[in-house]
Amino acid sequence: MLDIFARFGRVGLAALERLGRGHLLLLQILLGLTSLLPRPKLLAAQIHSIGVRTTTIIVVSGLFVGMVLGLQGYYVLSQFGAEDSLGVMVAASLVRELGPVVTALLFAGRAGSALTAEIGLMKATEQLSGLEMMAVDPIRRILSPRFYAGFISMPLLAAMFSAIGVIGGYFVSVGLLGVDDGAFWSQMQAKIDWSEDVLNGVIKSFVFGFVCAWIALFQGYDTIPTSAGVSQSTTRTVVHSALAVLVLDFVLTALMFGG
Amino acid sequence: MQTRQLEITVGFFMALGLVALFFLAMQVSNLASISSDEGYTITARFDNIGGLKVRSPVSMAGVRVGRVVGISYDQSSFEAVVTLAIDPEFNQIPDDSIAKIYTSGLLGEQYVGLDPGGSLESLEQDSELMMTQSALVLEEIVGQFLFSKAEENAMSDEP
Amino acid sequence: MGPSGTGKTTLLKLIGGQLRPTRGSIEVDGQDVHKLSRKALYQLRMRMGMLFQSGALLTDLSVYDNVAYPLREHTNLPESMIRRLVLMKLEAVGLRGARELMPSELSGGMARRVALSRAIALDPMMVMYDEPFTGQDPISMGVLAQLVRRLNDAVGLTSILVSHDVEETAGISDLIYVISGGKVIESGAPDALMDSNSPAVKQFMGGLPDGPVGFHYQAPSLSEDLLSMRGAK
Repeated sequence: MLDIFARFGRVGLAALERLGRGHLLLLQILLGLTSLLPRPKLLAAQIHSIGVRTTTIIVVSGLFVGMVLGLQGYYVLSQFGAEDSLGVMVAASLVRELGPVVTALLFAGRAGSALTAEIGLMKATEQLSGLEMMAVDPIRRILSPRFYAGFISMPLLAAMFSAIGVIGGYFVSVGLLGVDDGAFWSQMQAKIDWSEDVLNGVIKSFVFGFVCAWIALFQGYDTIPTSAGVSQSTTRTVVHSALAVLVLDFVLTALMFGG
Repeated sequence: MQTRQLEITVGFFMALGLVALFFLAMQVSNLASISSDEGYTITARFDNIGGLKVRSPVSMAGVRVGRVVGISYDQSSFEAVVTLAIDPEFNQIPDDSIAKIYTSGLLGEQYVGLDPGGSLESLEQDSELMMTQSALVLEEIVGQFLFSKAEENAMSDEP
Repeated sequence: MGPSGTGKTTLLKLIGGQLRPTRGSIEVDGQDVHKLSRKALYQLRMRMGMLFQSGALLTDLSVYDNVAYPLREHTNLPESMIRRLVLMKLEAVGLRGARELMPSELSGGMARRVALSRAIALDPMMVMYDEPFTGQDPISMGVLAQLVRRLNDAVGLTSILVSHDVEETAGISDLIYVISGGKVIESGAPDALMDSNSPAVKQFMGGLPDGPVGFHYQAPSLSEDLLSMRGAK
């Protein structure tokens, strides 16, 4: 009986310890900005490997998500004779929810897992130790640029996702289903508010970028330096990021649109 | 050189993201039509505003001339006070115009329509519209219709 | 030197300040490594080179860039100067011709030689070698041993070499400490150690299978283990 409590305690303490390590790492990563600013090239290289290489999957998914929204929305709205509101529906779903959330999920799968594997393997092959012994702080030199690159890339990717999604929705509704071109845009412009909808979406994706990059880097840095450990951490990155994004999305939505 | 190519792609990526954001701002949302704080605001009192909301459009002869920026309730007169922001280019609206609340379509959103009066004076900042017509509330209309129908029936039954 | 798992690598990490001792202190060049501020520790590390077992080359950089890395990080030298230094360091390990290769294209021995030239890129006062001979064929083992010795003499380095390859190590070192179970059990010149009477040293130097370091991992006696029905529950 006492064993059960002991196990609970152990699991709880271990979780707390991880959480503490995670926050310490975050702090060090954030402080790394001071040594990053004089060397923007480091950041550029990471935006390339994290952001640019994720663009394709984001653009293609955005296009198809937008087109599906057009089709499904038409089916529902046409029952009420409200096809003209299709533009609003597509744009609102994309800008408020799907843009930031789906982008974050794809980002965690594409860029987050790659980050974890990269950092984890660098740890497993003693590259991080090697840097330390060369008097180079791996957190500032390796982790920080990756973190800020993720933080910057995410909102840009989410904006691309939403924009291309709206265009996809436009093709389907106006081109395919015969919704009036003027109504599609004017209704959208009348109902979608810049600060309420678009900016809140952007804030969401900044938060998601922050969290996804943090989780990915922490999992990589905290990995058990074996091949099994790295693969485990990579999986954990995707799972934790997805959960964090969905839970945070609920919280943020409640804060932004609920009140 | 390789660094240069990398810089170009990164620059392209960031530009693409910003263009997307710009697109969302100008084409998808109402940022383009938020006509800063220029123009002027006027108020109108209604007995019932129905489903009118802040940001609902204000139109004359079907053309959008402004939007609703504030709705409040006057405790002493039991009326709704609606503040309308009119775009600066529409500065020739007679001050005895009538404000009515219309519904676009049977179930559509509600908006404020201004019917021009005949006065030579134009509306200015903080003018108040004297003549208003409240929103048609669907339940009331249906209720009236049923009531009159019932009355008709009663009348025809009597003789 | 010492058998596997006695804390040789741990000792190097302690010296480099990567691990913290629970007791005692470590001094390098008169400075207590673990009482230094972060900045001072990094200053000190710039004067230490370390060669890891796997080489620990940065896999996304070429051989040239790997060796240039510490120079670019810690100095403001112009690129032409860095190029000259890098080529000299690579020449010293005989790999000037391999500068365009990526670490994945190198053999284990070559990777260690590149790592060695990187370790000496900043002209350190001492270099630590973590098991440089493990898993090498006899030729590259010989090459590495010669390199370690030659660099040591040519540049006037202090070299700390951790290994369990008795012959190679004895062949190039001036002073050997044998560690076992976390303690120094014998020290002296290579020849003196060969003649040591201590059973633990004898076992290690002679490569005997059983002795103070038992062949069996700690376990209850075999008969007891076999008789208990399904292990201890």
